[in-house]
Amino acid sequence: MIKLKVNGVARQFDGDTEMPLLWYLRDMLQMTGTKYGCGMGLCGSCTVHLNGSATRSCLTPMSSVEGKDVVTIEGLSKAADHPVQQAWEKNNVPQCGYCQSGQIMAAAALLKEKPKPTDADIDRAMTGIICRCGTYQRIRAAIKMAAEVKK
Amino acid sequence: MNRVELVGRRTFLGNLFSAGALVLSARVLPFEALSVGEPGAAAAWSPSVYLGLETDGTAIIVTHRSEMGTGIRSVLPAIVADELDANWARVKIEQALGDEKYGSQNTDGSCSIRDFYDAMREAGASARQMLVAAAAAKWNVPVSECKTQNHQVVHSRSNRKAGYGELVAEASKQPVPKKEDLRFKSPSEYRYIGREMPTIDRDDLCSGRGRFGIDATMPGMVYASIERSPVYGGTLKTVDDAEALKVKGVQKTVVLDALKPPFLFKPLGGVAVIADNTWAAMKGRQALKVTWEAGENAAYDSANYKKALLETVNKPQKVVRKLGDVQAEFAKGGKTHEASYYVPHLAHAPMEPPAAVAEYKDGRVVIHAATQNPQAVQDTVAGALGIDKKNVECHVTLLGGGFGRKSKPDYCAEAALLSKAVGKPVKVTWSREEDIRFDYFHSVAAMYLKATVDEKGRPTAWLQRSAFPSIGSMFNPRAESGAGFELDMGWTDMPFDIPNIQAENGPAKHHTRIGWLRSVSNIYHAFAIHSFIDELAKMSGRDSVEYLLDALGQPRKIDLKAQNSNYSNYGKSIDQYPVDTGRMRRVIELAAEKSGWAKKKPGNGRALGIAVHRSFLTYVATVVEVEMDDRGRVRIPRVDVAVDAGKIINPDRVKSQFEGAAVFGTSVALMGEITAANGEIQQSNFHNYPVARFNEAPRETHVHIVASTEPPAGVGEPGVPPIPPAICNAIHAATGKRIRELPVNKSRK
Repeated sequence: MIKLKVNGVARQFDGDTEMPLLWYLRDMLQMTGTKYGCGMGLCGSCTVHLNGSATRSCLTPMSSVEGKDVVTIEGLSKAADHPVQQAWEKNNVPQCGYCQSGQIMAAAALLKEKPKPTDADIDRAMTGIICRCGTYQRIRAAIKMAAEVKK
Repeated sequence: MNRVELVGRRTFLGNLFSAGALVLSARVLPFEALSVGEPGAAAAWSPSVYLGLETDGTAIIVTHRSEMGTGIRSVLPAIVADELDANWARVKIEQALGDEKYGSQNTDGSCSIRDFYDAMREAGASARQMLVAAAAAKWNVPVSECKTQNHQVVHSRSNRKAGYGELVAEASKQPVPKKEDLRFKSPSEYRYIGREMPTIDRDDLCSGRGRFGIDATMPGMVYASIERSPVYGGTLKTVDDAEALKVKGVQKTVVLDALKPPFLFKPLGGVAVIADNTWAAMKGRQALKVTWEAGENAAYDSANYKKALLETVNKPQKVVRKLGDVQAEFAKGGKTHEASYYVPHLAHAPMEPPAAVAEYKDGRVVIHAATQNPQAVQDTVAGALGIDKKNVECHVTLLGGGFGRKSKPDYCAEAALLSKAVGKPVKVTWSREEDIRFDYFHSVAAMYLKATVDEKGRPTAWLQRSAFPSIGSMFNPRAESGAGFELDMGWTDMPFDIPNIQAENGPAKHHTRIGWLRSVSNIYHAFAIHSFIDELAKMSGRDSVEYLLDALGQPRKIDLKAQNSNYSNYGKSIDQYPVDTGRMRRVIELAAEKSGWAKKKPGNGRALGIAVHRSFLTYVATVVEVEMDDRGRVRIPRVDVAVDAGKIINPDRVKSQFEGAAVFGTSVALMGEITAANGEIQQSNFHNYPVARFNEAPRETHVHIVASTEPPAGVGEPGVPPIPPAICNAIHAATGKRIRELPVNKSRK
């Protein structure tokens, strides 16, 4: 039996411990804000916070999350009003929106670590998350706006 | 000719509107479908979009096009709301089910606005006039003294006001205005058209609440993952599912019949693993032991195929456009230049792979799917199960990207077939590996160009040949040359003013599924033509912008009919949407000005490149600035895009489409390549089919929109075609190296 916390709620899991956290969130908890994109940690659509760090949930087996704290897009803020989410809205970032949960979770983790990120910091934190619609320049603008708000 | 009429409330609308609602339908004759008999296309000839007004004043607008990131499901209703003079906060948008009564729902070909702009305005204006007439009758005053004001009718002389809701009953009894009696708002009265309104989905997409096909559920559903023949058209020889069935959570396996021609959008067939959750289904599939009979495509090898395509275009082929006599001009022995170009297969790779959930019960299918074309879902599912398409109820979710992949609903038929086989709702989720390996690939293509030039370097004769396996092969397996709609995407409409022109197209067999991908044949045609014209400019020692303007000649409307081309013009009339080199010149001048073309001279590995292209009736000129880093990699600090797409509804969503197209085009140019060996596709995920990432995409894309009152044209796709040639022209300016084969990153190795 694996015990973990998801968005502050205690959970228990007794299924296949090889199952990636991604599918546990989506299929067991019906938290579908976290997306499947590649299953190999290449695209970042599945990014969540694991003990506060941006983590690819598709490569995180349930066996490795015992005692850990998981935060998903659903738990990032109570009213979807985290400064990053607000900045995303103000910049009309999403096109199809599929990757944006991963983008937002990665950006929120970056700003927690580096409240005033440089362009190079932003490149480093965001290069792992693919947006096929090509919203990257608005993502950069939104991260800078959120950094201003958070200051 | 559009016509708006009242429809019986129960006829089409099901439960969307409550009793007493005023309901209008707008009849439209939209897009002439692709000439190859695509399923779902028949509906393009029949009507309708709908608007309903509830007695509480809620305006319900049924949005019948699919949302894959363009904002269309918000933008079309905004047109209705504006002409209705509605308060946007009182508008409720409902996604239509698949139903031919809505007219074409195939969200493809960048045609939603141009095909439905008039219909939306007419629906809104008719309802507004009926509401005004109802209020005038109620107050016993002349209609001419009443006007609307933000969801109410006002009679200022008597200071009376009535909300739309309280007028519904009376308005529904008013005669529907004739088209010639409709009065539209003047542009200065617009409150939504031309404004940068956020989409209705924006906030859900920033909070994880947006529901995509992969998120759809049905009570009691099971999950499926499907093993398919690695070679296209292969058939199942043996299957051993013993190990798969041992995987925790796996319930059973189901064999799906192999695909038989014509291929259409039918499923590929294979062995499905049914399980309690997605992970168990995928793990179970990996444990299957399956052998295949590879069939006739086993010898497909993309390196050999490329060689053969290039040989084809180096020989005379079928003429598809002719002006003057190129051979006679070549025979004069002037200065000539020739070059061959190559663009490989590409995969769509939308971030959400194909996914759908379906339930078959008592001869009916209910399906929730990320689809660009719910009517093709009805046709394809009905065909696969042998039921009437009226018994297929298709709910359209949000799409996590489409790019053309999700107009082909093979995955929807898989879900329905499996549901029938297991007696439960089934969710089918393609893995990324399946998505890349079993795509309907963008066509591989080879082009050959030859020109003679006069003493100023201006072309006097221009020959162009192409060969590519056609999308038509999905509908007619024997199709072996480019279909008209493919050739008319940037090939027969080559715009330069040259006295002798010949366009040809040669045969090419298909060995994979072929499908349209964002901007379709324009990608390879524009790459060849706009690389070659830049080669001629540089060969003559002239500035690329000045040379382009000279080659286009004086502003004119090209008469392609006179040059033996039965040009299909994206289904629109050539009188309404001419091929206008004046508009092309204007976007070139604008892009040159905004990019600082005249001032920025090449140096230190940095340089600009330009390309101009008309596609989907929109004129686009793109200037790309490249910077070669110390390891020879291409960086793109800036892109300037000048766009003339006619009338614009939502400038912010137009800009976002061109920003995105610059990134999509960068992927095509720098890194996209699908190859095959022994019939098997060699790429499988983003490590070997890379797409542009944050640090590889253009750093800044500036979109400059030409203010225009011309009829609206396409926006989703036209930004893509100029990007690859503009990038390669810039690389040439920076390094002297001419790239004639994509992707650049491979050519530069």
